[in-house]
Amino acid sequence: MKKKQKTMLLTAIAVMFTVAGLQAQTGRAWSQHDEAVARDTVRSIDRYFTPATKAVKAPDEEGFIQRWLLLEPIETAVRSNTIFTDSYLRNAFDTLYFQNQFTLLPRDGETVKVGGRDLTWHALDSKLFNVKLFRFAYGLHKPVYGVLFWAVTVINSPVEIKNVRLSAGSNSASMWWLNGEEALLLSGDRRMVMDDGLSHRLTLKKGRNILRGAVINGPGMSDFCIRFLDEQGEPVKNIQISCE
Amino acid sequence: MNFHHTLKAGIAILFIFIAGAVTAQIGKPFIHDPSTIMECEGKYYTFGTGGGGLISDDGWSWNSGAVRPGGGAAPDAIKIGERYLVVYGATGGGLGGGHNGRILTMWNKTLDPTSPDFKFSEPVLVAQSDGVEDNDAIDPGLLLDPNDGRLWCSYGTYFGFIRLIELDPATGKRVEGNEAIDIAIDCEATDLEYHDGWYYLLGTHGTCCDGANSTYNIVVGRSRKVTGPYLDNMGRDMLKGGGKMVLAARDRFIGPGHFGRVVLEEGVEKMSCHYEADLDQSGRSVLGILPLLWKNGWPVAGDNLREGTYEIESERRGYALELAVDFVRMPGRMRGFNRDNDEPVKPIASQQLDDVIQTWPAGNIGVRIGDYMVRPHQRWTITAVPEAGGYLGGPYYKITIAGTNRALAATAAAEVITVPTFTGAPEQLWRIDQLTDGTYRIMPKTVPDSNEKLALVSSGDSTPTLAKFDMSSDNSKWNFRDH
Repeated sequence: MKKKQKTMLLTAIAVMFTVAGLQAQTGRAWSQHDEAVARDTVRSIDRYFTPATKAVKAPDEEGFIQRWLLLEPIETAVRSNTIFTDSYLRNAFDTLYFQNQFTLLPRDGETVKVGGRDLTWHALDSKLFNVKLFRFAYGLHKPVYGVLFWAVTVINSPVEIKNVRLSAGSNSASMWWLNGEEALLLSGDRRMVMDDGLSHRLTLKKGRNILRGAVINGPGMSDFCIRFLDEQGEPVKNIQISCE
Repeated sequence: MNFHHTLKAGIAILFIFIAGAVTAQIGKPFIHDPSTIMECEGKYYTFGTGGGGLISDDGWSWNSGAVRPGGGAAPDAIKIGERYLVVYGATGGGLGGGHNGRILTMWNKTLDPTSPDFKFSEPVLVAQSDGVEDNDAIDPGLLLDPNDGRLWCSYGTYFGFIRLIELDPATGKRVEGNEAIDIAIDCEATDLEYHDGWYYLLGTHGTCCDGANSTYNIVVGRSRKVTGPYLDNMGRDMLKGGGKMVLAARDRFIGPGHFGRVVLEEGVEKMSCHYEADLDQSGRSVLGILPLLWKNGWPVAGDNLREGTYEIESERRGYALELAVDFVRMPGRMRGFNRDNDEPVKPIASQQLDDVIQTWPAGNIGVRIGDYMVRPHQRWTITAVPEAGGYLGGPYYKITIAGTNRALAATAAAEVITVPTFTGAPEQLWRIDQLTDGTYRIMPKTVPDSNEKLALVSSGDSTPTLAKFDMSSDNSKWNFRDH
């Protein structure tokens, strides 16, 4: 290759890197709407979710809980996930965003007012082992970056089960409460991995248990996966999941 | 010397030698040609050349007191049913002596010389050499074959062949009509072991009995049949001098010999030996106990953990044990692309404890597992605690955040936390065993309000807890990374 050609090629590569870097930076950091997204006007959550029904719903074969009440995302000023220290998260999750935030068992379609906006709860069954919050928000034409999601589900246990552990993976940070008690905090700029963080030993009461979670994310995909593991580390599957 | 004097002496010796980071056993572990360590009624025993032997209450502090009549050399011991069979060579033999050795066996219900049941049976002759033939009948080793319950004894020295005979496990006598088989040359102090479909013949190579100049080392060959041929990793028959190294001199310990194996539980094995010379103890011959590892089907001596500062890495995912505190960012960001690569570079200081400790709470702090970033909340200092005693082969340790006295501790809920100050409480003391695969098990000395033996375990990628040790699970295993 001649020197001139080589110089031109290197220049071209440099320009490509620069542009790609800027695009990636912009896309990673904040942009809610690039051109491709703007053209995608017909959106749906159907690929990832179905409406929750009254039918009995068990965890999947690996014990993952797929039935959830999901609140449309609360917009936040989070522009980078590097801020998700334990202290930041405790403050963020202790903040009251809507009334009865830590006790409410919402109904499908119920709305809560957050910062002057009405946000709707959706009772859904995830088609996957995990709950793809990004797709939930995107499909509903809601913000996808700089967002805080709330999730609630009801676990009906036929018997008391002691020494279970809540197992969670989330993107990004999350906090989980079982029957009103803090069970687990996953801090940091975190990717969703099954069985990433486990709670201390917990007891699933006979009957109704309410599991509540909050997932916060700046740029990038948001999702979570939840199951319970027994004393032997095996998934708890003899439970029923509902939104009521 | 009463118990308290013994204890004080032991502690004093430990203070002196623990600074070297690696020690043999403490107390007065002086012995030559130790037999395989036996546990009897909560105590540990090993017998040596010349009669007698060592006793230990915990496996870490050893002192004389074991009783073995018959004198002679290099005994071995094995528990069969509820009795102990002891075998020994009745003559010293050796390079400069005669070679008309005799191998004798005797039984005892207990190894505790203070027990009313302590009484050796009359010794029974099971093998001998005439002083001229190619064998010197001393240095016996025993194997009870776990496959078929047959009892085997190897014996011999450099003077000719190592031989194998079969004994009756009910009587300790030679099986009638049994003919000795030659299985090795060029070694002594042999021992037979079975592991995972293979029979192993461990022998001591080199020269004994020359203090710090002894070249003793322990080698091994293996065979699919107990009768051999025993080949080393290069395919050399031990009948032609083959042998793969198991343990040579290390640190201040010279001339290891007389292998013995102790299987504590699946994945937790120890090997015993003597070092011809402990350079920190006048070059005297001392008992050594090390983790026994199995690598690619071969036994190899492991390492008792050296004191130091480490990353404690979970074998589960490779994350590191850390304090559950706010992550403190280092200054600066990624430099960016297309910058001038001719700009001078300069080092960036690592994050120091002083940079972050003021952000930590003062009281108890939780523990989690996370990406290792070489940060102060992830650096743990492992220090032996001399006054806390030990276990087979090692002392209890405290595990503290480097540069602080903040200590890892077990809780009554069978979880782990750190307490701001190490107090010496038993839940703050940790037993650390290297496992047969080279990873480590970490166990609290006690779990408050519990009699359960629990280990530090990864319940999730990011979550430590205490649970029963399971060798088949990487959750139970840890590595100490020095970087």
